[in-house]
Amino acid sequence: MKKYFIVSFDNEFDLVEATQDFRDKGFTVMDAFTPYAVHGLDKAMGLKPSRLGKICFGFALLGLAIGLYGQYWISAVNWPINIGGKPWNSMPGFMPIAFETTILFAGLGTVFALLWRTGVLPGRKPKIYAQDVTDDKFVLVLTEELSSFNSDTAEAISSQYHAVEWHEKLESE
Amino acid sequence: MANHVDSVREPLVHGNKNLKTITNDVLGIMEQKPTRLWWAGFLIALSALTLGIVAVSYQIMTGIGTWGLNKTVGWAFDITNFVFWVGIGHAGTLISAILFLFRQKWRTSINRSAEAMTIIAVMCAGIFPIIHMGRPWMAYWMFPYPNTRGPLWINFRSPLAWDVFAISTYLIISAVFWYIGMIPDLATVRDRAKTKIKKAIFGFMSFGWSGSFRTWHRYETVYGLLAGLAAPLVVSVHTIVSFDFATSAIPGWHTTTFPPYFVAGAVFSGFAMVLTLLLIARKAMRLEEYITVKHVENMTKVIILTGGIVTLSYATEFFMAWYSGNGYEQFVFLNRAMGPFAWAYWIMVGCNLLTPQFFWFKKIRTNMMMVFILSIFINIGMWFERFVIIVTSLHRDFLPSAWAMYTPTYVEIATLIGSFGLFFTLFMLFIRYLPIISIGEVKSVLQFKGRNGSGK
Repeated sequence: MKKYFIVSFDNEFDLVEATQDFRDKGFTVMDAFTPYAVHGLDKAMGLKPSRLGKICFGFALLGLAIGLYGQYWISAVNWPINIGGKPWNSMPGFMPIAFETTILFAGLGTVFALLWRTGVLPGRKPKIYAQDVTDDKFVLVLTEELSSFNSDTAEAISSQYHAVEWHEKLESE
Repeated sequence: MANHVDSVREPLVHGNKNLKTITNDVLGIMEQKPTRLWWAGFLIALSALTLGIVAVSYQIMTGIGTWGLNKTVGWAFDITNFVFWVGIGHAGTLISAILFLFRQKWRTSINRSAEAMTIIAVMCAGIFPIIHMGRPWMAYWMFPYPNTRGPLWINFRSPLAWDVFAISTYLIISAVFWYIGMIPDLATVRDRAKTKIKKAIFGFMSFGWSGSFRTWHRYETVYGLLAGLAAPLVVSVHTIVSFDFATSAIPGWHTTTFPPYFVAGAVFSGFAMVLTLLLIARKAMRLEEYITVKHVENMTKVIILTGGIVTLSYATEFFMAWYSGNGYEQFVFLNRAMGPFAWAYWIMVGCNLLTPQFFWFKKIRTNMMMVFILSIFINIGMWFERFVIIVTSLHRDFLPSAWAMYTPTYVEIATLIGSFGLFFTLFMLFIRYLPIISIGEVKSVLQFKGRNGSGK
């Protein structure tokens, strides 16, 4: 059975420093809950840079390919029409739309990837570990196997960094 | 990093805020009864919108013969309004995306409302080409889709087809950017909601946002990526709108300066409209501590810059008309300044060249009433710019036998008023029912001085 140790702070600086200290002392950080994107917390939590940039690039290439090939296929293959004597394959004239489809695919693809990856989706219920994390509290959730969790050290670190409140919770609750 | 500079800077919001007071202030607006000023604005806007709905219904049922267009002046009021509204939208993206990329932290109090303005302005713009088609129920023919008419596809070489893609991409990406930016704040509304129904609505709208930092971490990456995509997008949109003109062989339109000229003009008019709106919103919603004099000053400085680029463009056009030695081009510009539409030309010059010069003075920049009045003059001037470009270039073309005059009918004027009605109605609803200030982003810049303001 797993155990959660939930500790709240009232400012970002305590949270970042405490997170670093907890990790240095061998605790496992499950997640932090904050009212805004705290800078430096990703390093303290040891998070790797997101790969969504690569996904964005992939979708951009896809959009570009669809935009270019789609216009070429429609104008030069499927039903060529002579418009003002211009070539059927008018590549320079296809650029603006290809640019727009690139942006459209990259933007929508990245956002859908974000929503899918983080599980932030319409109709989902939020998992709330502590009150006021969307208001003014910065909450850190540690997790460990029940038998190996050292509560005394965790409490000592919490009070060292001016935590407002902390409590423990078992997985089943 | 540059924290030693930050520590001497003014705070970005006034009134000694802490995290809790920011939440209370911004969401308090949504929880209280609206002010009288809000009701007055909303009802005036709604009446204008009603007038517009009547006018548009009438012209769709009767046909666009209800407009003052003729064979010579085939684009006039309608396309003027289209270009005007698309331009307005550009300031919103500039504030939300380009200033984000430049790490301009003051944008946090205004980016939400500016982005909302963009979406609403693009919606207003979209109406005009659709009603100009005459048969708006066929509007979906603009999109390439397999059909039973051949399939006959659209002509991808036409700038008008580029417009369809540019404007719809712009609307979609802006709306997504705006909504994604709002999800954390919607979760704050959900967590504060007292009634069951409000909890359910905002619970659904906030997509189960829990404030998890693992999510925040990815979210920040995506926010940056969207800003990076929106920045070239916004430049492409008005570039393509200017291609509608520049790719046609009409004197006065057929110039290579059009794309930068239009983009600068769009930002210029858009910032003026942001000022008009935010000065109303900060008064009606009592947001003086968030949208501070400093914000207003920064925006007026952008206006000075873009107004200068617009001035330079006007001068370049005249210079090139003379220097090109092209008789038709020279005639069009002389006709602009001295022909039958000279009054419109000089309104444009007066509003767009002179108005921004007042903003050089700090006394004027910090006087909210003056800024409000001047911003309205710029709005008027930029509407006339599009009117001048379209009507003066068309009404006297190569053959004097084809010359004609153009006078708008009351239906066209009612449609313009109606589009303002739509714009302000939606904006008023937005400031009443959604978090008008990005709570999360304002909170993140609150502690820019570091712990205890020590810069660390």
